[in-house]
Amino acid sequence: MFAFVMSFFVYLLLSWSGSISIQEVTIALLVAVAVVSVASGSSRPGFWSLRGLDPRRWWLFLRYVCGPFAVGLTLANWDVAKRVITGEINPGIVKFNPRLKTDMGRMMLANSITLTPGTLTVDIDDDGVFYVHAINLTSLAPTEQDICGTFGQWTRRITG
Amino acid sequence: MSASQYLFAGTALVMAVLIVALLGRLIAGPTIPDRLVALDTVNTLVSGIMLLLGAVYDAVVMVDVAIVYMALSFVSTLYFARYLEGGV
Amino acid sequence: MILGFFVGLLLLVSLFFNCLGVVSLYRFPDVYTRLHGATKCSTFGTLFVVFGLLLYSFARFMGEGELRFLVLFIHVVVGGIVLLISNPTGAHALARAAHRSGILPEPSAIDVLEEAEKRKREAAA
Repeated sequence: MFAFVMSFFVYLLLSWSGSISIQEVTIALLVAVAVVSVASGSSRPGFWSLRGLDPRRWWLFLRYVCGPFAVGLTLANWDVAKRVITGEINPGIVKFNPRLKTDMGRMMLANSITLTPGTLTVDIDDDGVFYVHAINLTSLAPTEQDICGTFGQWTRRITG
Repeated sequence: MSASQYLFAGTALVMAVLIVALLGRLIAGPTIPDRLVALDTVNTLVSGIMLLLGAVYDAVVMVDVAIVYMALSFVSTLYFARYLEGGV
Repeated sequence: MILGFFVGLLLLVSLFFNCLGVVSLYRFPDVYTRLHGATKCSTFGTLFVVFGLLLYSFARFMGEGELRFLVLFIHVVVGGIVLLISNPTGAHALARAAHRSGILPEPSAIDVLEEAEKRKREAAA
């Protein structure tokens, strides 16, 4: 349902220029149907659930993007900028398990980790264990707090 | 053109120079993933340039083209990655 | 004029970070560290291009009331969202492909993924 509604509204958003006609809405519906029938996973049981459209989740997501995520993004770039100039690195691949069940949650956390200080998601195995490349390791067995701060808690709240 | 549009055009020009600077890594990169990282960065910069030119020429179509370019370059990156893993 | 100043400031920040992304490709020793620099810096830099365009189109729409600037604003917002989703995902795919094709992080204190894959190979053999 999430994919259907999103493709419908994105089509309308991109084709809107001042007014909206019934033809546009019809084409948007057709495009959304086409996208959903081509999308992989449309035969999976969770695909048509309304979970992704819950306004409370969207509100939490908006707060997450404007708050901790924006701060993390800025700090990350400051951090990388310093490392590019000084060349101080101590890289390595470490793992941690954020206990996320849904694919959407894993994607969100993986992308957040990639864009935030000193870490890059390399692989996620079937059990949801994240393998993370850190550019400057402080310990050989870091906790979730060390790798991604509060992002794990936020993602669990948004997609849990 | 307004002052901001000249600024956009200048930024687009500097970003084009950055792409030329990236070509060194694209050609020399010791391994294939190195080259792909450079190619990915080139794609990001090109889509940024397209967004800027959309404002410079007052043509929203260019922004649409930039969106499609981002999506296609993303798909091509995924495809190259899959090829490296030996899945194609 | 005052609009030009703020837009110029945002564009300067974007150029600074894009330059750093390019420098990091030459300065870092292996694929993974290069991915760090290239992905973060070029995403952040292009995000500031998006912010500059948003400020410009919003100010022009408020000032002149022409609809095409609102349309530009909406399209640039969609472009920014696509950028923010596709760029780190592509980097993640490249990192995984590099690791699976046998390129290990060159200066590396620890590599848990390689150990896990070695155990898996031994179990399969």
